[in-house]
Amino acid sequence: MADSITLQVTRYRPEEESEPTIQEYDVPLGRQWSVLDGLNYVKDQIDGTLSFRWSCRMGICGSCGMTVNGEPKLTCGAFLTDYAPGPVRVEPLANFPVIRDLVVEIGDFIRKLPSVQPWIVREEERPVSEGEYLQTPEELDDYQQYSMCINCMLCYAACPVYGLDPEFMGPAAIALAQRYNLDSRDEGSRERLDVLIEHEGIWGCTFVGECTAVCPKGVDPAGAIQRYKLTAATETLKSFLLPRGAR
Amino acid sequence: MTASHDVLLIGGGGAGLRAAIAVAETNPELSVAVVSKVYPMRSHTVSAEGGAAGVIADDDTLDEHAYDTISGSDWLCDQDAVEAFVQEAPEELLRLEHWGCPWSREPDGRVAVRPFGGMKNMRTWFAADKTGFHMLHTLFQTSLKYDGVRRYDEWFVTKLLVDDGRVHGVVAVELMSGRIEAITAKTVILCTGGCGRVFPFTTNANIKTGDGMSLAYRAGAPLKDMEFVQYHPTGLPFTGILITEAARAEGGWLLNKDGYRYLQDYDLGKPDPHPVLRSMELGPRDRLSQAFEHEVEKGRTTDTPYGPIVHLDLRHLGAKVIDTKLPFVRELCLQYQNIDPVQELVPVRPVVHYMMGGVHTDIDGATPLGGLYAAGEVACVSINGANRLGSNSLPECLVFGARAGRAAAQYAAEAGEPPSAVQAQAEDERRRLERTLADRAGGGERISTIRSEMQQVMEDSAGIYRSQDSLAKGADQLAQLQERFRVADLDDRSRTFNTELTAMLELQAMLDVAETMVQSALRREESRGAHQRTDFPARDDARFLAHSLVHRNPDGSCRVEYLPVTMTRWPPGERVYGR
Repeated sequence: MADSITLQVTRYRPEEESEPTIQEYDVPLGRQWSVLDGLNYVKDQIDGTLSFRWSCRMGICGSCGMTVNGEPKLTCGAFLTDYAPGPVRVEPLANFPVIRDLVVEIGDFIRKLPSVQPWIVREEERPVSEGEYLQTPEELDDYQQYSMCINCMLCYAACPVYGLDPEFMGPAAIALAQRYNLDSRDEGSRERLDVLIEHEGIWGCTFVGECTAVCPKGVDPAGAIQRYKLTAATETLKSFLLPRGAR
Repeated sequence: MTASHDVLLIGGGGAGLRAAIAVAETNPELSVAVVSKVYPMRSHTVSAEGGAAGVIADDDTLDEHAYDTISGSDWLCDQDAVEAFVQEAPEELLRLEHWGCPWSREPDGRVAVRPFGGMKNMRTWFAADKTGFHMLHTLFQTSLKYDGVRRYDEWFVTKLLVDDGRVHGVVAVELMSGRIEAITAKTVILCTGGCGRVFPFTTNANIKTGDGMSLAYRAGAPLKDMEFVQYHPTGLPFTGILITEAARAEGGWLLNKDGYRYLQDYDLGKPDPHPVLRSMELGPRDRLSQAFEHEVEKGRTTDTPYGPIVHLDLRHLGAKVIDTKLPFVRELCLQYQNIDPVQELVPVRPVVHYMMGGVHTDIDGATPLGGLYAAGEVACVSINGANRLGSNSLPECLVFGARAGRAAAQYAAEAGEPPSAVQAQAEDERRRLERTLADRAGGGERISTIRSEMQQVMEDSAGIYRSQDSLAKGADQLAQLQERFRVADLDDRSRTFNTELTAMLELQAMLDVAETMVQSALRREESRGAHQRTDFPARDDARFLAHSLVHRNPDGSCRVEYLPVTMTRWPPGERVYGR
């Protein structure tokens, strides 16, 4: 096996250039090296101007999502040997404005997230002194998968609907809404449903399923969206038949 | 434009978000803001795995949690702080349950607890083995419902504004645009976490560079107990990725190269097929990491390209236990080590994990500087003393985050507006940063070169075992690195998301923190907890049952003083494990 591999990295320096360019770097092909290790080699040894985000390097903080050979990936969990002999194309995540090099602007998600009320909603809060809300392991199972979202934005980068319609709430936000809807401690599903029906919440999704396919944490946003559509359709029908208070 | 708030949080991890919510709930009139160099859900709390301790089981008591913590700390913690901590930890964990944290459960729906190292009873709450991740996301998502909590995501704080012994805000760089702004505040709470990246091999995320410790130190607040660095016994050899203590709590064994459970040779108890509390693999982290070093000396470890290792054996637990209790361990081993712990031994070695020391605070998070508070790993209250017990740090973030938030809210309600003098300071800092970008004019060394050398100096001089010789040599080398840092170079002169500039500012913080560690370690001529001096192998309560306090002199050098430990009901004794 060769002892080095070429990274073809998208560069974009808004203060100097109006269009992105591609720059090639040769990095060691270490047996356990991730694409992120390769980028850090570039940053530390070759070119200090290359910009990208990273932090935990163990697939849990969600910082280092990029497009690797055309697919949205956490670069800390994508290994150079899997791309040998290379070259490896490294681009910023698709569907987001690029701030610089491999750094994208995710403010849109951050602004949308509170609108689905991703917190426990209750009519009456029980005082902490009365102890925990009981929740069986089976009840935990109902929503646990959706609670695994690390907000890495790979699903937004993969979603063709979000690419065309930035008003679309997007897979992670809808999955998080569902995470709370399915939590036995929560009573807020009605309010969340209104948000998702009224805005470009769920109807935009054409069930391509790319979001679920790229999720590094096994979350199924596509499933959440389909389930939501069904509930929403039923509720919308009911709303024609019944006054609001009776729903 | 200068923004202004009543309470400013620096850092948006477990402690920072808990503090922000505490401020919003204590006094909704107050303007509260969270400044963080990353989006809050990227904070390092996210990487905590095993659990959070809080007495809830019927057969457990607050006094037992306190005793485990105090003996675990080798009697260097403050017992009044520990008593408050064990008292408030359960209600904080319950509050998080009410906010939606997906704690693992008993079949009847109650919260489940697991054993943990150095703990005599089962009291560690857990969300499988992604406890920190779930706590952080629960706090982040819950914080979104408080409209009053303003956020500055991806802003890097470079300086605390201080006038007449009081803190009045910060100067920060917005990473996306590079603009430099003063953000004034009546109180500032530091919640920036630890500084594991001072060492070459650490579980800590890239962002753990001691920023808050350095900010406080440079502003005139002392750092406490900086010589106490926790090595976690089980990190993956190449990456340093943490394999949680919960793996041993669920029954994992540590084996040397002969397949022998070597901990039995180090006064940690007799091997039993099942986990025994406060014994063997469930001993405290300092003792386990030290035992590893002795195994290396005896030639009973296995050499690898990434240093000597021992093995963690989880095979006897079976796939079902591993998949329900330790799914992340399996995921991490498969992905980063190409090993399936269901069938194979996991190679591990001790890895820098946690700073017991930090910014000196009282029991409400207040530092000696007016208006400055600190909570979480950046702070030293101290409940951790010379060695922290696993699963005490997550509840520490909650208990002392909430306390600091409430105390700061009260302080802010009574404090006046920041004096105009701080605007001039902010202007000076802006000019300093502009010069940093403009004047680094080629020919100097790379930031990464100096950083790597600093990390190696720290490992060589202030590792698991230290001595006068190693520390004195380390101090000299750090002084040389400081000089070289002054003329280090930047490739990147742009303003837009300049990560090389942040790396430079982070390295400056790490060099500060490294110096305080080495200087504190030099002066502590005894062995206690995680601070082991080969030239002073015994604990010396007559001279050193005291916290070290490092102050920064006007010329930039260190001054170390001592502060007595607060004791309430537990006089110093022998640390006994496994017998």
